[in-house]
Amino acid sequence: MTHVPNPRPTGDFRTSYAGDRTLFATRFETNAVIAGVLFVLVSPFLFSDYILSQFIIIGIYGIAALGLNVLTGMTGQISLGHGAFFGFGAFASAWFSSRGIPVLLSMPMAGVLTMAVGMVFGIPAARLKGLYLAIATLASQYILEDFFARADWFTGGTSGSLAETANLFGFQFDSDGRYLYLVLFWVIVSFVGVANLARTRDGRALVAVRDHYLSAEIMGINLTHYRILSFGLASFFAGLAGALYGHYLGFVSAEGFTIILSIEFLAIIIIGGLGSVSGSLLGAAFILLLPQAMETFANALATLVPAISQGTAYIKQMSVGAAIILFLVLEPEGLVHRWRLMRANWKLFPFSH
Amino acid sequence: MNSELLIQLLVNGVIVGMLYGIVAMCFVLIYKSTQVVNFAQGEFVVMGAWVCLSMVVSMGLPFWLAFLFTLAFMTAFGVVVQIILLRPLVGEPVISVIMATIGLSTFMRALMNWIFGNSAVRFPDVFSQSVVSIAGLNVETAYVLSLVLSVAVMGMFFLFFRYSRWGLAMRATAYSQQISQSLGIPIGRVFAMAWAISAVVSGIAGVVIGLVNAVSNSLSFIGIKVFPAVIVGGLDSVIGAVVGGLTIGLLENLAEFVDGQYLHIGNMYSVAPFYVLLVILMIKPYGLFGTPNIERV
Repeated sequence: MTHVPNPRPTGDFRTSYAGDRTLFATRFETNAVIAGVLFVLVSPFLFSDYILSQFIIIGIYGIAALGLNVLTGMTGQISLGHGAFFGFGAFASAWFSSRGIPVLLSMPMAGVLTMAVGMVFGIPAARLKGLYLAIATLASQYILEDFFARADWFTGGTSGSLAETANLFGFQFDSDGRYLYLVLFWVIVSFVGVANLARTRDGRALVAVRDHYLSAEIMGINLTHYRILSFGLASFFAGLAGALYGHYLGFVSAEGFTIILSIEFLAIIIIGGLGSVSGSLLGAAFILLLPQAMETFANALATLVPAISQGTAYIKQMSVGAAIILFLVLEPEGLVHRWRLMRANWKLFPFSH
Repeated sequence: MNSELLIQLLVNGVIVGMLYGIVAMCFVLIYKSTQVVNFAQGEFVVMGAWVCLSMVVSMGLPFWLAFLFTLAFMTAFGVVVQIILLRPLVGEPVISVIMATIGLSTFMRALMNWIFGNSAVRFPDVFSQSVVSIAGLNVETAYVLSLVLSVAVMGMFFLFFRYSRWGLAMRATAYSQQISQSLGIPIGRVFAMAWAISAVVSGIAGVVIGLVNAVSNSLSFIGIKVFPAVIVGGLDSVIGAVVGGLTIGLLENLAEFVDGQYLHIGNMYSVAPFYVLLVILMIKPYGLFGTPNIERV
């Protein structure tokens, strides 16, 4: 790991425990977050529906990836079944709302139900780690996929189920611009929640489990408890994001929640940076925009080499695989690390340290 | 009780199980000697099948020549993957390595979809006789070939590890990388060799499955079925891989039989192995033949 110089300005020492635990380390970070939120708030008046839909999907994937980051980045447990939990949340919310529960309420309820399911599947995680856990979660992915196709009462079976649009006191979240606000609300809640979690007793316990679980156990941290807790949290965010996704599309069908989706979530957190809260959003944006950039690129190339034109769909898929590999080999710490390096260079220019 | 169907399914189970066993052996080989979990094993299988098929169909080569070419190609492929992808990741955490092979599998799947298409293609008739009669039972030649090849591959594995110099080097590396390195075993070459052998044998399995069924990208499901097999047998046991493969193959077909005859739930064939996997992980995480990983502080 290369050394990254501390880019905080000279004289900015943390002199109190409260200062060490602030949510945003510098004023720049605070401002950047506020500017980002304001930008999204005004974007419905500026951009086309297409761009807004991209923002929505980035937000939704960001929430799901954030959950996986709690599990993988903070606790060091790998999950190959995140996509299935995402799907479970989508079905659960559609099912709740079809029972007459208001959509806005059914979304967090779907999150909680997914959390319960995730904790059941997380029980093996209490005993397993690393590779064995990856295989166990792979099994849960296939078992849940099978459940989606089979449980007609819950998911509508192979035909899928309809998800109503959300409304709040008669205000319908039916257009992209309106739905974006709903997604933004949950993005803020979950990201602030996880950023906070990292500063609490429980969050530090999770990180301790990741860094050295034996030492953590000797220090009195209950491994079983925290591993299942992090599984539950990850599933909660997956379920919540899935619910948002289902009500955004208006229709939920089992085909969308395969192992490929789980792999995409893992790619997001690897590219964004393991354990980095803001990296989850960056990674989501990267993974969603990369295939589109590749498509544009391939189309441009196809005018020169016509043979490429049938391959655009495959180039998009290949780019995801290639991105995972390249990031792991060349930049294992993700986009966030790259950003820190850039910031350090900018601050320290023209000196390297 | 439909005994004829049961026998048919059991025979299927043994044949498919042998193939699972072979691929699981490849998986275990890589895991044991390089501590890497190869999530792209299924794609290796498919790649072998496609390469051999396209040699036969588009180049018009005779089958045995195409088969030899496939072996050479897969050897080179295994070495290249190891050098380009996995050598930079030596010493990285398990998660990174798992993700790298998952990335490889995504990449390879899309690439093969692009090059070879999405549809299933049958091998042209390779054998002069499509059915042979053994002890009064009519068995397809491809099935016989697949059994013979499976047993041959397993025998070669045994001989290689038991008697050859490189086999000994690989066993030493599996036992302790540090000690064998200090005794002058070229670890890098051992790693590359493990990947090469694994890729070749997966390729053979792919060709065999291609002969029995047809070649398509969905054959990569074997790479997923390998996981229940190796967990049942134990992740670091070559014999366990074979036993696990056979168990899963038989279990699938039994599940299919019980389901089709009595339960009528549907789709048990593909899901039953994963329930078994979870149960085994809960009660005996190191499988039947695996070495328990005892950690000392």
